[in-house]
Amino acid sequence: MVVIKSVTCPICGSLCDDIELTIENNEVVKVKNGCALCESKFLGYKGEHRIKTPMIRKNGKLVPVSLDEAIHKAAEILANANYPILYGWSSTSCEAQRIGVELAEEIGGVLDNTAVVCHGPSILSVQEVGIPTCTLGQIRHRADLIIYWGCDPWSAHPRHLERYTAFTEGRFEQSDWKSYIQKVKATAGKKKIDSALRRGVVKRPKAQSLRQYELVNPPPPTLMKEGRKIIVVDVRKSMTAEMADYFIQVEPNKDYEVMQAIRALIRDQELDVDKVGGVPVEYLEEVADAMVNCNFGVIFFGMGLTQSAGKFRNIDVAISLLRDLNKRTKFVIMPMRGHFNVTGSNVVFTWQSGYPFGVDFSLGYPRYNPGETTSVDILLRGESDATLVIAADPGATFPRRAVEHMAKTPLIVIDPHMNATAMLGDVVIPSAFVGIEAEGTAYRMDHVPLPLKKVVEPPQGILSDEEILRRILEEVRAIKAKKMVKVEAA
Amino acid sequence: MVQQKLRVTLLTGRTIEQGVGKEQGKSSQEYFEACSTVYMDEEDMKKLGIKNNTNVLVSTPHGSVVLKAVKHPRGSMPGIIYIPYGPWANAIVDDSTTSIGMPSFKGTPAEVEPAPDKPILSMEELLKNLYGK
Ligand code: SF4
Repeated sequence: MVVIKSVTCPICGSLCDDIELTIENNEVVKVKNGCALCESKFLGYKGEHRIKTPMIRKNGKLVPVSLDEAIHKAAEILANANYPILYGWSSTSCEAQRIGVELAEEIGGVLDNTAVVCHGPSILSVQEVGIPTCTLGQIRHRADLIIYWGCDPWSAHPRHLERYTAFTEGRFEQSDWKSYIQKVKATAGKKKIDSALRRGVVKRPKAQSLRQYELVNPPPPTLMKEGRKIIVVDVRKSMTAEMADYFIQVEPNKDYEVMQAIRALIRDQELDVDKVGGVPVEYLEEVADAMVNCNFGVIFFGMGLTQSAGKFRNIDVAISLLRDLNKRTKFVIMPMRGHFNVTGSNVVFTWQSGYPFGVDFSLGYPRYNPGETTSVDILLRGESDATLVIAADPGATFPRRAVEHMAKTPLIVIDPHMNATAMLGDVVIPSAFVGIEAEGTAYRMDHVPLPLKKVVEPPQGILSDEEILRRILEEVRAIKAKKMVKVEAA
Repeated sequence: MVQQKLRVTLLTGRTIEQGVGKEQGKSSQEYFEACSTVYMDEEDMKKLGIKNNTNVLVSTPHGSVVLKAVKHPRGSMPGIIYIPYGPWANAIVDDSTTSIGMPSFKGTPAEVEPAPDKPILSMEELLKNLYGK
């Protein structure tokens, strides 16, 4: 039995690097410090849902084949394709991503990562207006106002609050745990009173105090308190909203208006409406006050902004809001990146080709035009003639019509798990879990690179993404060389 | 009065159950249960005359899918339904990328109607149905 400390969790963009694993007989048997997602992965990775052997679709059915056969078939498809898409890359190492760039260039394909359906709009906006940001360590030690806008870290980045924001003890900012627990107790107390009231066990208080209970979302005293505060802005009451000091519920697709209204308010302009995006203006005034009066504020934002109407315009206005705020106090902004190494895929693609996603090599040099060279658009236009999917599941995450075209053309899937895309695949190659069975590098959401550890051996005969891609690349080059010889002979 | 159909706005997104199911493996029962669910406002469910865990048919101009309706656990969100990311949600979301590569996963207009007798398709059945593979 060995205990391995400081393991990096290969799941979400928080990339917690304090996980402790107990290993027995080449298996993870215990996980310490991780969240529910982390435990589910480290204890479940060896489960029955793994792809056990390479497979090729023959007569409509996926049948087991040797690794050599699968790799050869994959290389053949790619070498013969005119306009293939190489998509995914967010749940694998930077080392594998780098070979991906080489492969895309070799076959003249389109290289795209999951950012395109995630924080692609954020990247577009950052390219337009820049981004004032910092590392999570800075936020942990200094931020006294934390705003989660259109994101639900409790569900998607479960330890984000505990490690980097409200519930962590920073050098200059205290943990907010205590006041949160008080709040939970207070609500529990209120629930008890309410149910006692319903059962008629206690007498009804006077009408006035009853009215107080009925007030929706009154500005809570915690927003006025000293020390760290959390504000959540979302279209529904998420788990994170439940924990926040203040929750603002916006109508769907109205974030842009609400943010512009806050911009007006922090410039001390009067609004001549009562509500913006379904939110009473007084509530927005509270938020504007809290923003202006903090010492170090941060806005974390998620898909609530990038996937709603306005898309990258929402990020534009968020960054503009920040620019205004920085005239009055100190504010930073950060996208809540989802997959553990989606940031890495943007970094690696940019460093190798100049562009972060949607890189088209079909003309022999990299070209980038989101809306044209991005995978969903190419699929919707029906232009691609083969797809390689690695470390992602577009079969489950792309809209139906895009998946339809992907399923119609030859589809190569490299993944440890049997997911929707693998079920639709024509060549399926199982891979080792990077961060468990293979090592590598990943970038945290704040662009800090961290090492991923290999803690157990992969199952017999299963290679890492990096090795599989290298072999496919070699095979593609061999096929192309043979073709050249034939052409020259003729 | 009980209504036959309800017009709503569809949002798709993450839930912790979907996250745990995804890490278990996307062919797992956990993933199926997490993603073939639609969260609705309690009052909206009353309008349709349905109880927790009743099957409903959710339709948009882009497709329709049968899901299990579950009461949204926190706060109210009248006129909004929430489906966790997954092949069920993506069978019906708006695919237009407004020329920037990103489909409209949040904010699609939709309709919900009770469908207590219609079955929820498993992932395999759903894929077979949609893509023939
Ligand atoms: S918060 Fe994210 S990185 Fe941290 S343990 Fe949970 S899943 Fe892993």
